[in-house]
Amino acid sequence: MSSNNKKWFSLNLGRKSSASSGSCGCGKTSGGCGSHSSDDYEMTDEAFVAAAVDASIGEERTKDGFEQVFDVKMDRRTAFKKLTASLLIGAGAVSTSCSVISGDESKEKAQIDWEEQFKGNYKLMTDEEKKATVDRLMRSYELRTGKNISMSSKNAEENILFGYAFNISKCQGYMDCVNACVEENNQDRDSQMQYIRIHEMKDGNGFSFDEADDNYYHEVPAEGHFYMGTQCFHCDNPPCVNVCPVQATWREDDGLVVVDYDWCVGCRYCMAACPYDGRRFNWKKPEVPEAEINHNQHYLGNRMRKKGVMEKCTFCVQRSRAGKNPACVEACPTGARIFGNLLDPNSTIRWVLENKKVFRLKEDLGTEPKFWYFMD
Amino acid sequence: MKQIKVFGSLVKDSLDTITHGNVKYHIWMGVLTFMMLVGMYCYSIQLSEGLQVTGMTDRVSWGLYISNFTFLVGVAAAAVMLVMPTYVLHDVDFKQAVLIGEGLAVSALIMCLAFVIADMGGPSVLWHMIPGLGVFNFPNSMLTWDVLVLNGYLFLNITIPFYILFRHYQGKEAKSKVYVPGAILSVFWAVGIHLVTAFLYQGLQARPFWNNALLGPRFLASAFAAGPALIILVLAMIRNFTAFKIEDKTLKKIAMVVTVAAQINLIMLVSELFKEFYAPTHHSESAYYLFFGLHGKDALLPWIWTAIPLNILATVMLTFHKLRNNPKVLYFCCFILFIAIWIEKGFGLIVPGFIPGPYGKISEYTPTGIEIGVTLGIWALGAFVFTILARTAIGIELGQLRYKKNKQ
Repeated sequence: MSSNNKKWFSLNLGRKSSASSGSCGCGKTSGGCGSHSSDDYEMTDEAFVAAAVDASIGEERTKDGFEQVFDVKMDRRTAFKKLTASLLIGAGAVSTSCSVISGDESKEKAQIDWEEQFKGNYKLMTDEEKKATVDRLMRSYELRTGKNISMSSKNAEENILFGYAFNISKCQGYMDCVNACVEENNQDRDSQMQYIRIHEMKDGNGFSFDEADDNYYHEVPAEGHFYMGTQCFHCDNPPCVNVCPVQATWREDDGLVVVDYDWCVGCRYCMAACPYDGRRFNWKKPEVPEAEINHNQHYLGNRMRKKGVMEKCTFCVQRSRAGKNPACVEACPTGARIFGNLLDPNSTIRWVLENKKVFRLKEDLGTEPKFWYFMD
Repeated sequence: MKQIKVFGSLVKDSLDTITHGNVKYHIWMGVLTFMMLVGMYCYSIQLSEGLQVTGMTDRVSWGLYISNFTFLVGVAAAAVMLVMPTYVLHDVDFKQAVLIGEGLAVSALIMCLAFVIADMGGPSVLWHMIPGLGVFNFPNSMLTWDVLVLNGYLFLNITIPFYILFRHYQGKEAKSKVYVPGAILSVFWAVGIHLVTAFLYQGLQARPFWNNALLGPRFLASAFAAGPALIILVLAMIRNFTAFKIEDKTLKKIAMVVTVAAQINLIMLVSELFKEFYAPTHHSESAYYLFFGLHGKDALLPWIWTAIPLNILATVMLTFHKLRNNPKVLYFCCFILFIAIWIEKGFGLIVPGFIPGPYGKISEYTPTGIEIGVTLGIWALGAFVFTILARTAIGIELGQLRYKKNKQ
């Protein structure tokens, strides 16, 4: 874990510099003691030199998080900040390294916690920093649960703009999409958080949402009703993004509106700003039974959230950026949901947009949703 | 060096003053301390359990905290109604009251900040919002504007009275050259804090109840009614309990301010109601919910139908000179006006913004005990801070606190 490439504050809490010497904290010089993560490796001379250089002047070259602002020459303000930071480090370090019973693992855990607390905004990280961040989170998960997850930091690809279409004629209200979404995205089971709402509407009343029921518990399709799903529409002009005081939510280049759960301060301004009920808040610590956790994760997608932060539909970024359909699309038994690349002229979504009479909700607000409705 | 010594002595003298008093004073401070402790206990539960202990949900995601925050920004802004006549227009009648007004602004701002922090899901990462250290989404997010103007206003309202009191403490006259530019700035700033806070809501196209051009001006009018009303009550109390002299003339002038602001506020209310109910659209549903209830859901009816009659009664009574010039009637009017605007600008404004939801879902909001506990705790904090500030300021103004004089 102590890759010298790191661009944030690092603690060395009295741990033997295991990675750089190639020996392990347990005393063995060859692998197999179990305290190394799989990506540890023996260092070559070159790497060692690079690491040594990094260790001495690395801070000057590479910055992130706390460091993003530590890159100026030392003036009084910076000095004060550094002092505060070192005080904090000191306090943490003392408490961990003075503990006789804590082993290397708990020290590593403490270091990860520290780095997590003071890491920067994901949006502003370079690719290496993103990679290091997800590596750290994977290691943290391993330390805590003994199990491995895979977390991706894959960026938006060029010439991709995701769009979604919903066939109102086909939807029968089975809610398989809702269940698939909850399972795929590791949402809190306790509070039954759901990104997708299926509105059951009466035939003959048109789209009267205020008379619709989005919380039904009966056999579907119910006589004399039709169904319509809503979720985050990934607007091209998202009002939620503008209002965020810390830029914890933004629109990615492939059109996904995402949240950095660790940067969010939980003010819920975005929730008030969203005209589509697309955002959810973690009013409590989200809990998912270990057996049900989806281990295929993305930093901006379905990784585990903490209490007091916003989350939302990401069109299953962990799937869509890997070339798959979102879980809701795959789960839909009626084929009412269509997802694809708007920039690809041969995609199904483009065919729908060009051949069907499509419309969007609340277009008068100027939010430009990338979520269209149509009927057969 | 000398300044620091004087400051040290001021702090010592001030501590001396605020820790001594008669039995009533100690009971007052004791009760406030107890309420703050209860509030802190409630907040500690909220910290460990998360915001689920409040009545807020995904459907109504702002509640009592943000309501009180909004209202208190208005109270803080109201100090301008004393600052402007005193420092800018040189009306001597306000001179005695202005320090109290600024003290009130400081404590209202501290309460505002406390309410915002209480509402945050992640107070431990609030440093993300510190400009330079975190990422400050300025100027896009109105919330960042609000952070700037509130803290700036707090700074102005601490430094100006502090400078004046600090000079008086040393037995010197405060130089108007030094503080008048700050005072003039704070006049504009006060309008700014409330307008920016209104824009926070006004700028959301998702919430038609707030997305209304009258919201900002109405915020100002109601603030300049409720704030000075509170100042009158506080001044009356100070006059009663301390030797600090506040003339009837001063109270009458502030009462005039309250009256005019309340009248304007009422006109704007009528205008709003006309627009919502003469030709109701889909966007009027929140107003319908607030005033009449929707589909049998009517949790806010008792509140708003308390607020509106109180508001009208107070405004009408204040309008008649005879009634307004009678201190007892004046205090009563100020009290009911304060309550009415607290309801109207508090959850009468915030909660209906979320009801019905974006797709017409009506789920109601009721604050929980923990939420109320934290809220009361923060109000107690404000009263506590204000008492400390006022006692020190009055001590200095009366000449009881003087540098060197009390040095043996």
